[in-house]
Amino acid sequence: MGLLLIISAVTYAIFFLVPRAAGVSSDDIAGRFAGKQPDAVTLAAIKDRFGFDDPVPVQYGKFIKGIVVGDTYDTGTDKIDCPAPCMGYSFRTNQSVTEQIVDRAPITFMIALGAAVLWVIAGVSIGVLSALRRGTIIDRAAMAVALAGVSLPVFFTGLLSLAFVVHKWQLLPSVNYSDIGDNPFNLILPWICLAFLYAALYARLTRAGMLETMNEDFIRTARAKGLPERTVVFKHGLRATLTPIMTVFGLDVGLLLGGAIITEKTFSIPGLGQLALDGVYQSDLPVVLGATLTAALFIVLANLVVDILYGVVDPRVRHS
Amino acid sequence: MARRNTGGKHAAGLVDDVGAHVAGRTPPSAFLEVRDLRIHFPTDDGLVRSVDGLSFRLERGKTLGIVGESGSGKSVTSLGILGLHNRRNATVSGEIWLDGQELVHASPGDVRALRGRKMAMIFQDPLSAMHPFYTVGHQIVEAYRVHNDVSKRVARKHAIDMLGRVGIPKPDKRVDDYPHQFSGGMRQRAMIAMALSCDPELLIADEPTTALDVTVQAQILDLIRDLQQEFNSAVIMITHDLGVVAELSDDILVMYAGRCAEYASVDDAFHRPLHPYTWGLLGSMPRLDRERSERLMPIKGTPPSLINVPSGCAFHPRCAYGELNGGRSETERPELVEVEPGHKAACHLSLQQRREIWESEIRPKL
Ligand SMILES: Nc1ncnc2c1ncn2[C@@H]1O[C@H](COP(=O)(O)OP(=O)(O)OP(=O)(O)O)[C@@H](O)[C@H]1O
Ligand code: SF4
Ligand SMILES: [Mg+2]
Repeated sequence: MGLLLIISAVTYAIFFLVPRAAGVSSDDIAGRFAGKQPDAVTLAAIKDRFGFDDPVPVQYGKFIKGIVVGDTYDTGTDKIDCPAPCMGYSFRTNQSVTEQIVDRAPITFMIALGAAVLWVIAGVSIGVLSALRRGTIIDRAAMAVALAGVSLPVFFTGLLSLAFVVHKWQLLPSVNYSDIGDNPFNLILPWICLAFLYAALYARLTRAGMLETMNEDFIRTARAKGLPERTVVFKHGLRATLTPIMTVFGLDVGLLLGGAIITEKTFSIPGLGQLALDGVYQSDLPVVLGATLTAALFIVLANLVVDILYGVVDPRVRHS
Repeated sequence: MARRNTGGKHAAGLVDDVGAHVAGRTPPSAFLEVRDLRIHFPTDDGLVRSVDGLSFRLERGKTLGIVGESGSGKSVTSLGILGLHNRRNATVSGEIWLDGQELVHASPGDVRALRGRKMAMIFQDPLSAMHPFYTVGHQIVEAYRVHNDVSKRVARKHAIDMLGRVGIPKPDKRVDDYPHQFSGGMRQRAMIAMALSCDPELLIADEPTTALDVTVQAQILDLIRDLQQEFNSAVIMITHDLGVVAELSDDILVMYAGRCAEYASVDDAFHRPLHPYTWGLLGSMPRLDRERSERLMPIKGTPPSLINVPSGCAFHPRCAYGELNGGRSETERPELVEVEPGHKAACHLSLQQRREIWESEIRPKL
C-alpha cells in the first residue's frame, strides 16, 4: 500500500514538475512530437489527440489509466491500441515506451547482477580479511586500494581500462553488448569497473562491521564455549556483520537495476540508463517518464525485498 | 539440597606455598592453582597492569569468591583463566594449573579444547552474551557438539534436558526461542544451561546476577549452588556483592588494583578481616538488619588508575591508617603474607595493630 503511494507520488512529481520546471508549454511538447516546423493545424490535432491542453491532473489520470488498463489513441484515420501497462509513445521514434523498457531492462540486469556478484564476493572477503589481519600490511594495502576504489568514478576506471586493456595492450577484444542474446562475457570490463567501485565500498563496510562485531559479548561467549576460531569468525561474526550489509546491498542493486547510467554511457551499452539519458537529451518526455518510473519501481521493490529478508535473517525484527 | 559447611580455614585448600615460590612449574596437587598471574595491556597511554601477581587455589566442589571494586581486575582474571585474552594486545605471564595441566604456556588449540568442556563461564549480561540470531537451543547444541561427537538430535535432547534442569518451564518449546524472547532471569538460566552443557569441572561466574532484579538474583544463586553440588564442580564467583560471597563461598579473595589485598576463608574474612580495604568493603555492605543511614560507610576516593598505580601500598591514598607506619605505606609495597594459618593479607600494619583497630573501631560500627 505504502509502496503504491510512493510510486504514485513519484510519477505525479515527474508528470507535474518536470515540464513546468523546464518551462515547456503544450505547444513545445506537441512540436516535439510533430517534428520539424509543424503547421498550426497539425499541432492542434496532436494536442487534441494526446490531450496536452487538458489540466495536469486529467493528463495524469489518463497516464495512470494507461498503465493500469491500457489506452487507445484515436488518430482520426486510425486507432492505435496500447495495451497495459501503457506508458505512451516516444516522441522521437514513435516506439512504445513499454516495449523499449522491456527491450533494455535485461541488458541493465546483466550489468547490475554480474557486477553485484563480483563486488559482494570481492568486497566482503577483502573486508573480512582486513578486519582479521587488522593493522598488518595486508590490511593497509587492501584499505589503500579500497580508498582509491571509492574515489575513482566508473567513467575514469572505465575509460582507462578501455584505453589500456582493449586498445593498447589488446588483452580483450573490442566487443559490445547490445542484446541479451550476446555473449555475457562481453560485459567483463563493465562488470569489473562497476564492481571495483562497489567492492571498495563493501570492503570498507565489511571491515568496519566485522571489527565492531568481533568485540561483541556474544563473540566472547562463542570463544568461551570452545568453538574453533573458524566457526567464531564465519558463523557468529560474519552472520551478524552481514545482516546490515545485506540491506545496503539490496538497495544498491535496486538502484542499479533502474539503469547503470555512467557505466552504460562509458561502455556504450544500450540499457535503461542510456534510454533515460537519451530521453533527457532529446526532451522525449514519455521515455523519461517511463524510465524514471521503472527505476522508482525497482528501488521500491528492492526496499520491499530487503524488508522481507531482514525479517528472515533477524529474528528480533520478525517478532516485533 | 543439604547446605554445605562454609566455615573452616582450609575449606578450599589454602596452603602456605601459594605465591611463595613462583617459577617452579611443578604441577600442584590442587585442582586449580594460579601462580603469580600477570595480565598487562600495552596501550597508547601506557601499560595497563590489570592483574599484577595474583595467586590462589581452588579444589573441586568448592567456591572461591573474588570481590573488589569496579576495575580491580576481576573480569580480566577470569578471562585470563579461560585463555580468552588476545595475545596480540595482552601479555600474560605466570602459571595457571588446571587439573595438572598448565594453561598460560599451553598452545591455543589445547586451551580451546578445555574451554566449554573442562572450564566454562557465565557472563554478566546474558542478553549481549548470546547471539541474537540463533535460537537458545541452537547455542546450547553448538556448545555441546563441539566437545561431544553426537548427532544433532541427541544434542537437541540434551539441550532440552539442560533447559529443564535450570528451571525453564516447557523446555521442549522454549528451546526454539531466540534470546530476546526470554526474560532476563530466564536468559541467565539459559546461559547457565549453556555453560553447564558439557559438565565443566570449573565454572566461573562473572557477576551472574548484576543485571537481574533481587528476587531473580536469589533464584539464580540457588541454582548455581545446587548445580555445583550436583556436578561437584569448582566455582569462582565474581561479584561486587559481599552478601553473595558470604552465602556461597568457601574462600574469598579481595582484589585491589590488580593485586590480592586479602585472601582468607569466608569465616575469617567476615569475622577477623586483616586488611583496611576489606574493612572498607564490609563497611559499605548494605545490611538488612540496620537502618540505612548507619550501615553505609563507603570507602572514600575512587579506585586508582592501573597505569600509574600509587607507589607503595596501592590503597594508601584512600587508607585511613596509612600514616600509622611512619610513611612505609607510601614507599614500600606490602607483600601478601600469611598472617594467621590460611589467612593472608598485604598490609604494613602489625597484626596487633590491625586486631586492635578491627575490634575497637571497625567492628562496633558494622
Ligand atoms: N583489552 C584491554 N585493554 C586495556 N585495558 C583493559 C582491557 N581489558 C580490561 N582493561 C582494564 O583492566 C582493568 C580491569 O578491568 P576488569 O574488567 O577486570 O575490572 P572488573 O574488576 O571486572 O570490574 P567490574 O566490576 O566493573 O566488572 C580496567 O581498568 C580495564 O580498563
Ligand atoms: S599498607 Fe598502609 S596504606 Fe596499605 S592498607 Fe595497610 S595501612 Fe593502609
Ligand atoms: Mg567485570
